[in-house]
Amino acid sequence: MNWLIISPILLPLVLACIMLVLWRHPVWQRWIALAGMVALVGCGAGLFGVVSLHGIQSEQLAGYGAPFGITFVADLFSSIMILAAAVLGTAVTVYSMTNIENRRESFGYYPLLHLLMLGVCGAFLTGDVFNLFVFFEIMLMASFVLLTLGGERAQMEGAIKYVTLNLISSAIFLAAVGILYGMTGTLNMADLANQVVWIAENRPEELPLLTILAMMFLIAFGVKAAMFPLFFWLPASYHAPPPAVSAIFAALLTKVGVYSMARFFTLIFTHDVGTTHMIILVLAGFGMICGVLGAAAQNEFRRILAFHSVSQIGYMLMGIGLIVMLAHRDDEIAHHAVQMGLAGTIIFVVHHLFVKPNLFLVSGVVERIGGTGELKKLGGFYKSEPLLAIMFLISALSLAGIPPLSGFWAKFVLVLAGLQLGQYVIVFIALLTGLLTLYSMVKIWAAAFWTDAPENSPVHNAAHMAHARHGLRRMIYPIAVIAVIIVLFGIFAGPIFDVAMEAAGQMLDPSAYIDAVQFEEFSPTLGRGEETGP
Amino acid sequence: MELILAIVIGALYAAGLYLMMRRNLVKLIIGLVLLSQAANLLIFTAAGLRSPNAPLIPPGEKYPVGEFADPLPQALILTAIVIGFGVIAFTLVLFHRAYQSIGTDDLDQMKATDT
Repeated sequence: MNWLIISPILLPLVLACIMLVLWRHPVWQRWIALAGMVALVGCGAGLFGVVSLHGIQSEQLAGYGAPFGITFVADLFSSIMILAAAVLGTAVTVYSMTNIENRRESFGYYPLLHLLMLGVCGAFLTGDVFNLFVFFEIMLMASFVLLTLGGERAQMEGAIKYVTLNLISSAIFLAAVGILYGMTGTLNMADLANQVVWIAENRPEELPLLTILAMMFLIAFGVKAAMFPLFFWLPASYHAPPPAVSAIFAALLTKVGVYSMARFFTLIFTHDVGTTHMIILVLAGFGMICGVLGAAAQNEFRRILAFHSVSQIGYMLMGIGLIVMLAHRDDEIAHHAVQMGLAGTIIFVVHHLFVKPNLFLVSGVVERIGGTGELKKLGGFYKSEPLLAIMFLISALSLAGIPPLSGFWAKFVLVLAGLQLGQYVIVFIALLTGLLTLYSMVKIWAAAFWTDAPENSPVHNAAHMAHARHGLRRMIYPIAVIAVIIVLFGIFAGPIFDVAMEAAGQMLDPSAYIDAVQFEEFSPTLGRGEETGP
Repeated sequence: MELILAIVIGALYAAGLYLMMRRNLVKLIIGLVLLSQAANLLIFTAAGLRSPNAPLIPPGEKYPVGEFADPLPQALILTAIVIGFGVIAFTLVLFHRAYQSIGTDDLDQMKATDT
């Protein structure tokens, strides 16, 4: 039994149960939650170490071989994601100790945080489509409650949109899972990869149906990933909960959608990349433009950040969409460029997983001191909080893609891959979006940090300031740590690029993934007749 | 049988989507319920309606013999029903709280967080 693979799922589950037992002791829950997140970082780091040394790891629960048992697979991409998610989770837990009020803490905030991590880590590790659905639902339930915890009117309105759109996406996902099972007779991802190849060889007339199925999964994951044009729940809900919750949402929820999309559209749906991946590429381009223009029209700190996520998702999808070129070119250069594009997606996902939450964390400090998130009523933070201003600047410039910060390298790799593949339109959109991102970030900088505080701002009130400064260190330290990570990410871009290239290589060549899963020796076709099995 | 189920599923989807496009919170949640039930029936039908026999393995055999029903889709549906039950229960409470704090069940009035 390979406990290391299961540990990122077991640990949050056990700790969440313990914290639920300690319902009346929120202070204990805090420290258990923090210890759990640190342990999760350990699990993630261990898993990443093992996977990078010994290749893809897998585990069959209960000892039944695939496709019968429950499969968990950890490849480089999933272990990187778990490590990054755990680091971010630790930072947010420390931040929450000040940012989350007692009334929210005493209604199970920390157990929910761990349940969210359970769903996220499970989705990263699972090797089974139906389990992916279950982990999605766990993650969604935890996020529903985190979003509504506190019960303010804005939270309720945001939650109605978030819940409804996500439930529709779940229903589409479930229907797609059912049809997929009907077509292939399996839900194990490694087995599905085999079955799709088998269908392409033996029953080419079923391939269009498979493409339709791929589109159903694209819509289901697209809603979760806030892909254009399915992103409307995101700007409506992300700014409603406390900033700590916004930060963890921005870090993890959309990433799980992008991760699943990357997994499905490299492992399973590769039968017609000319159609499916072209659609992803086009939607990525629209998403970039649409998100950045939407953000430019906003005048509130967190609303700008939330809308920006839509355009950043576009970048992440761009790397997946670039696989479309494999339909037209089959030479070595194209393969290398496609691998580089996918590596760009991985780098971008990790970069965004730190940068965007950090901006939300900064917005939390600004809202705590300034009393509001509206840019018109803010000001003077460069004078009063120079360190915070610098940390904001690091994150904001990284988001816009200024060298040598992490965002520059992520965009550089994607743009380079796009140029090598001759996709000049998407490259142009990506560069233009970077410029417009800078505009929005400068707008926040100018309004909140550079100008003087307005006359009626609460920062002139000594009592308010004393209250706001109480415990502020626990909000500042996590921001500083993430800012350091962002800078280091930029400095060590070379080694990170190598790891991302290796991870992308693993994804583009599914044979390693399939080989890592232990199959049952005899695979009865369950009465489907011999002609449907490979 | 497949034809009847296909029509039923299509009708459920149509009804669910129609209800969700109304402006009323209660109709929205009924639409969500219908949508998830349609998905469950779709799994059941898409996986194939072959035989009413239970997939029991006779003594001394390794596999069930003869025609038998595939148990996996039913297990999937059971799981989906349980998850759907929890989600819908939460949604009901959420919508009730939302109705109390916003003071209306008209979705067009809930524009405060839109951008």
